[in-house]
This record gives sequence, C-alpha cells and structure tokens, in this order.
Amino acid sequence: MISSGVMRVRRAVAGLAMAASGLALANPQPWQLNMPTGVTSISERVHGVHMLAFWVCVAIGVIVYGAMVYALFKFRKSRGAVPAKWSHNTTMELIWTTIPVIILVAMAWPATKLVVDMANVESSEMTVKITGYQWKWRYEYVEYFGKATPVNFVSTLDAESNRVRQTGSGLDPHSVQEGGENVYLLNVDKPLLLPVGVKVRFVITADDVIHSWWVPDLGWKQDAIPGLINGNWTRIDTAGTYRGQCAELCGKDHGFMPIVVKAVPKAEFEQWLATQESAAAAAKTAQAAPVATTATQG
Amino acid sequence: MAAVNPAISDIHADEHDHKPHGFLHRWLFTTNHKDIGTLYLVFSLTAFFIGGSFAMLIRAELFQPGLQLMQPEFFNQLTTMHGLIMIFGAIMPAFVGLANWMIPMMIGAPDMALPRMNNWSFWILPFAFLLLVMEVFLPGGGPQGGWTMYPPLALEGGANVAFMIFAIHLMGISSIMGAINIIATILNMRAPGMDLLKMPVFVWSWLITAFLLIMVMPVLAGAVTMLLTDKFFGTSFFHAAGGGDPVMFQHIFWFFGHPEVYIMILPAFGIISEIIPTFSRKPLFGYQAMVYSLASIAFLSCIVWAHHMFAVGMPLGGELFFMYGTMLIGIPTGVKVFNWVSTMWKGSITFETPMLFAIAFVVLFTIGGFSGVMCAIVPADFQYQDTYFVVAHFHYVLVTGALFGIMAAVYYWLPKWSGNMYSEKWGKIHFWSSVISVNVLFFPQHFVGLAGMPRRIPDYNVAFADFNMMSSIGGFWFGLSQFIFLGVIIHCVYYSRQRATAQVWEGARGLEWTLPSPAPYHSFSTPPVITDDMLAHGNVTH
Repeated sequence: MISSGVMRVRRAVAGLAMAASGLALANPQPWQLNMPTGVTSISERVHGVHMLAFWVCVAIGVIVYGAMVYALFKFRKSRGAVPAKWSHNTTMELIWTTIPVIILVAMAWPATKLVVDMANVESSEMTVKITGYQWKWRYEYVEYFGKATPVNFVSTLDAESNRVRQTGSGLDPHSVQEGGENVYLLNVDKPLLLPVGVKVRFVITADDVIHSWWVPDLGWKQDAIPGLINGNWTRIDTAGTYRGQCAELCGKDHGFMPIVVKAVPKAEFEQWLATQESAAAAAKTAQAAPVATTATQG
Repeated sequence: MAAVNPAISDIHADEHDHKPHGFLHRWLFTTNHKDIGTLYLVFSLTAFFIGGSFAMLIRAELFQPGLQLMQPEFFNQLTTMHGLIMIFGAIMPAFVGLANWMIPMMIGAPDMALPRMNNWSFWILPFAFLLLVMEVFLPGGGPQGGWTMYPPLALEGGANVAFMIFAIHLMGISSIMGAINIIATILNMRAPGMDLLKMPVFVWSWLITAFLLIMVMPVLAGAVTMLLTDKFFGTSFFHAAGGGDPVMFQHIFWFFGHPEVYIMILPAFGIISEIIPTFSRKPLFGYQAMVYSLASIAFLSCIVWAHHMFAVGMPLGGELFFMYGTMLIGIPTGVKVFNWVSTMWKGSITFETPMLFAIAFVVLFTIGGFSGVMCAIVPADFQYQDTYFVVAHFHYVLVTGALFGIMAAVYYWLPKWSGNMYSEKWGKIHFWSSVISVNVLFFPQHFVGLAGMPRRIPDYNVAFADFNMMSSIGGFWFGLSQFIFLGVIIHCVYYSRQRATAQVWEGARGLEWTLPSPAPYHSFSTPPVITDDMLAHGNVTH
C-alpha cells in the first residue's frame, strides 16, 4: 500500500517535472492539478489567461476571506464584542465597485486579443475536415498546401480499451498500456496524423447528433454540429501524441470516442500522406472499374 | 395608517386558528400559505432525497475506472434525471415553500393574495414529478440526453420525450402561478408603512425572482414544445436536414436557462441577507446597494445566456459580447459578498447553525463565483467547457450556494414554524459533516476537469481515478449527512421539548418575529404597526 502510494507520488512529481521542463505530456497524469500548457502558441496563451484569472481570484480570495476570518475571530459575542450601529459607508462601497471594474478590464484585454487570434483561420497551409458520428470520428485530408487529397479514414476507440470497458468485463483498466503509459479510453485504432510547424485549418461538423472535438494540448474544443460547419486551426510546435475525448454528450458511448493526434516532422508526414494517397487511388480504381463498365454499357 | 375597520378585524378574529378538520381536507384543499409552504418544503425534501440517491448511483459508478455497475445508457438516465429532479423538484420548490411561509409574515399580510391559485400551483407539482420519475420505469427507460435536452440527441429518445416535456410544461405552469401569486402578494398586501425600500431583502429577492420566472418559463415551454413537434409531428425546428438549426434550441434554452440559474440563487442571497445581520447583531450593511445589486444581477442574467455556448462556433462579436456581459455580473455579486462581510465587521457574532450555514455560503458560493469568472473568459472556457471544472463550478453555486441557503433558512425559521427549538448540537454536527464532505466531493472535480476529464461520461482513464474516488467518498459522506438533517427536523417538529420564544434569536429583527411561535394559522389579521427598529436593516435613510 505504502510503496504504491510512494510510486504514485513519484509518478506525479515526474509528471510535474516534465510539464515544467516543457516536454509535451501526451496523457493526463495521476494527481494532475492544472490545465496542460499544451504544444501550440495558442494553447500556451490559453494557459496564460487561465492562470491570470486564477491568480486574480486567489488575490481577491485572500483579501475577502482574510477580512472575514478576522471579523469572525475579533467580533465574537463571546469575546465581549459590542455591535456597532452603522450600516453604510459610501466611500468603501464606491471603492469596491470601481476596483473590480479595473481588474475585469485587465483580465478581458489579453483574453480579447487571444479570441481574435484564435478566430483567424487565414493563411492556413492544409485543411482537415472532421466529422463526428455516434461514436467515432472521420478525418478527411481535404488539401495539403493547396493540393487536394483523397485521404480519409474513420478513427474509433482501440480494441483493447473497448474490451475492458464493457460493463462487468472484470478486466483491469490499468492493464491498457501503450509506450509505458496508460491509454485506457484515450487510444484509437487510427490516430489523426499531422505535420509539425504547419498551420492546419479544421472544418468541423457532425452527421447525427452534436459532438465536440477536444484535444486539451491544442488549447480548445469545438462543437461538431450536424448541418453546420465550424472552423478552427492549430499549429503544433512539438512532435508527439496528444490525446483528447468527445466533450459533448452524444448518446450511450459518448465516453468512448477518444481523439488521438499524432504530430510528426513534416517530411515524415509527407511520406505518410503519399502512401495513403496511392492506397486510396488503388482502392478507387479497384472500386471504379466495374462501375465504369456498366456506365459504357448504359 | 394602521387604522383598521373593527368589524372586519372581528370577523378575522373569529376565524383565527380554524384549521380544517381531517387530513385530506386540511392538506389537499388547503388555501393557507403556511400549509402550502409546508407542502412545498416536504415535497422538496422528498425530491432532494430522490435526486440525491441518483447522484449516489452516479458516484458509485465513478468510484473507480471501468464499468462495474451499469450500462452507459442507464448512467446517462441518471445524470439527466439527477439534474431535472434537483432543479425542478428540490431547489425551486424549496424556495417557493419558503416564500409561501415567510413573505406574508414578513410584510404583515394575513395570507397570500391568491390562495386558491396557491393550492393549485402546488398540487400540480406532485403529478408533474410523477410523470418525470415514472419514465425510468418505462420500456426504454428515461431521457438520456442530459437535463439540457439538446436536440438532435434528445429527440432520439422514445415515449420518454413526451413524458419529460409534459412534466416540464406542468412544472412551468406551477412556477408561473407561484410567481404571479408572489408578485401580487408583495405589491398589494404589504402592511401600511412597509414601503418597498423597507422590505426585508428576502422579500425583495423573491419579487425580482418572480419577475424572472414569469419572463423565462414561457420561453422554456416554447423550446420544449418545439422539441415535441419535431419529435412527434414532423416539424423541423431543430433538424438540420429539414432546414432547422440545432443551435437555435441552445439559444432559446439558455435564454431560459441562464436566468433560471439566478432564479435558484437570488432567494438564497435574500436568506443570507436576513441571517447574517441577526447573528451579527448589526443592521445589514448597504441595504439599498443590496437591493440594487439584486436587480442588476437579474437584468444582466437576461443578456448573457450564450456563455453556455462558447464552443458552438459563434461569430467573434458574439463571443466578446457574452464574455464582457458575463464578467460584469462579477461586480454586483462582489458588492453582495463585500456587504455581507461588512455586516459582520464590528458586529457581535454568535455561531448558531443558521449562521454557520450562512458563513459557509459566503465562503463557498464565492469559490463558485471565482470559477464563474474564470469560465467567462472565452479562450479559457474553450478548455473548461463541458468538463468537470464546470461540474465543480455549478455544484459550488447550487449545492454550497442554493442548497446551503435553503438549509440555513430551515434552521433559521424552523423554531418559528414549529414552535420548538431544534437540537443545536445535532444541527452543528449536520453542518460540519456537510461542509467538510461537500468540499471533499466537489473540490477535486476542479482538478480532473482541468486535467481533461469531460463531464457526463460513465468511465474514465486511470489518471482521473484518485480524485474521482475521493469525490465519491465525499459524495457518500455528504449524502449520508443529510439523514442527520432529516432527523433534526423530525425531532424538532414532533419530539423537541424546548419551546421557542416569539423572538427566537436574540438579534432577530423583522415582522415575523413579532408573531408568537408557532406562528398562528392566519398571520396578520390586522395590519401591524411598523417601526424602523423592527426591520432587519434598521433605518435605511441614514
């Protein structure tokens, strides 16, 4: 018991150390307390406004709770406190209405700049269309540097997690490992492969109900809504595997449609894309051949 | 001013304490504000335990990773029903019950303005509630689309969609009638001298809440009616394939839903503003600021609905408008918190159970307020949205906010209602047990949410296991603690031998404390003569 507890603490400390050193964490860590910094300039700024808001709240909390604790100790009847009669203080009321306004403006300013930058999908270099289905994701590589590609595939929960997650399976979620990490419910059969350092535009929609595409390390989530197309973008700085989950309740297997983004160097990505393209072309000719014959006959 | 026609007063005096005989006659046909208030409160407590048992099942499944107890479908029913029952069955009826009991006594009226409608608005509720809860036992089970009922998912249900919608319609009608009654009572039945700006803050909070209810409940009725026709009559309001828009539902729903959030917290603000002055033995600080901040919170609550929808892909201008609007709510809310602390400042404080709950309310509701401000920041909310961080946020606001406010009110006014003192020792045990366990329950949820755990999932990665187990332990502990609450109430009403005085609390001010304990069946048959020192907030002119 004790040794496993120590192990856990060690792992958590190791996790924190990794986070501090800027190494990309693929997975949430046990005892993780905070939002990941992520692996894009946007996700770092999101983390920044989050921490700013957090420390502002801590500062206000220290003042308010401090005053309250002082009052609760100092002005007790049991200490013989005699109640004052006053019930107004216009100066104080003006001060604590005005100062919060200033604090809010200070918080809203960086947030506004960030929202504007996050909404800017211009000058993207490739486009991926994401479609949510109950309960899987389809990824279509629409274009790469202006060149259309036929590559598309469906990404679903990996077989191992799927076996373990069945009700009453009796299997241990701790046993679902990959590369020394637990990937239970956070692994897929085919990850979304993306190149490092390329501005990727996502167009996001759904085919049945509303889903939400979320990878915490990219810094945002975006709802996938049937009949609507949402846009968003990312540029991943560090190669690695980044895991997320559907974030909008979408039916019984909502908890079982993870997202895995694998960021690889540009050359490796281009090689992979070429292989996929030729495979897709081969599959297309194989499929199209009988259709073409019927068409000429018709 | 306080002159009364002696003939009328005599007639009323004759009726005094003429309770109807027989159990059915008294409770089914009652038009008495106190009986109806009691019905509401008993109903609410029952719903609280039912909704709570659903939460216990949720926490049991989330105790460790892997699905041990149930199928995901059933888990989704539990989360949906837990939300609907707690909001429409536990929190809202509890506040209406408190309004029924206290408003006539606090403004010097004999009863509510519309007593027959009062009966009707209560007795709709058990039937609506039955419609809602029986769905779980229907073939196909209850609704699984979340309490927010987002289409297209919500429309994938079967007959339960119709049951849920009719239940919501009935609860909406009940709420609207309750709100009309409260407005009519407050505006017409105040005793001479009880000017609007001399009313207790609890009465003010309910007046504002009632207007919010009248404004938004019909909007909810419209939204669910469109769901109904989409499901059963071939319309396409929310079907993209038929030219409809699923996001439109979210806009309409949250136009109701955000003011609804304040419907569930403003009366608690009122309660806390009554209790803190009593146990600080000092008038409420900044009475007028308290009233105006209530009103401005209510106004702002109507123009910030889309902050629940930052991830749906709104235009940039929309995101910014709803971010700024939401942040603004922090200002009047901050004023309230500062004023409560200032009320305690240089007071003479004692720590009876209602005061303990009120202090916990100020501390813990403020934590919910802090995470609320964080959620208002759009880019940060792109991460928080639909995670356990949000679950932690709204449970701090609704459990340690609304629910603690209700519990504080029950301890505060129970001696007035029953004529007996509750057991202070067991009240304090209930308080400490609840306040510790509720933090063990909800605080770790902030962490798992930030680490990446989405809400409404029945199973999770092992990285979230430790905090979830902690949260579940806190949950069971908090759930069990509420049996102490039940025990304290039953003991106080039926078995306590310690009689309450009319004043009950040394520092209590307000008309309800001028009546004997237990309060007579009809409150003020003759309007009381009001002096400023009777009011909780003292003389507001200086």
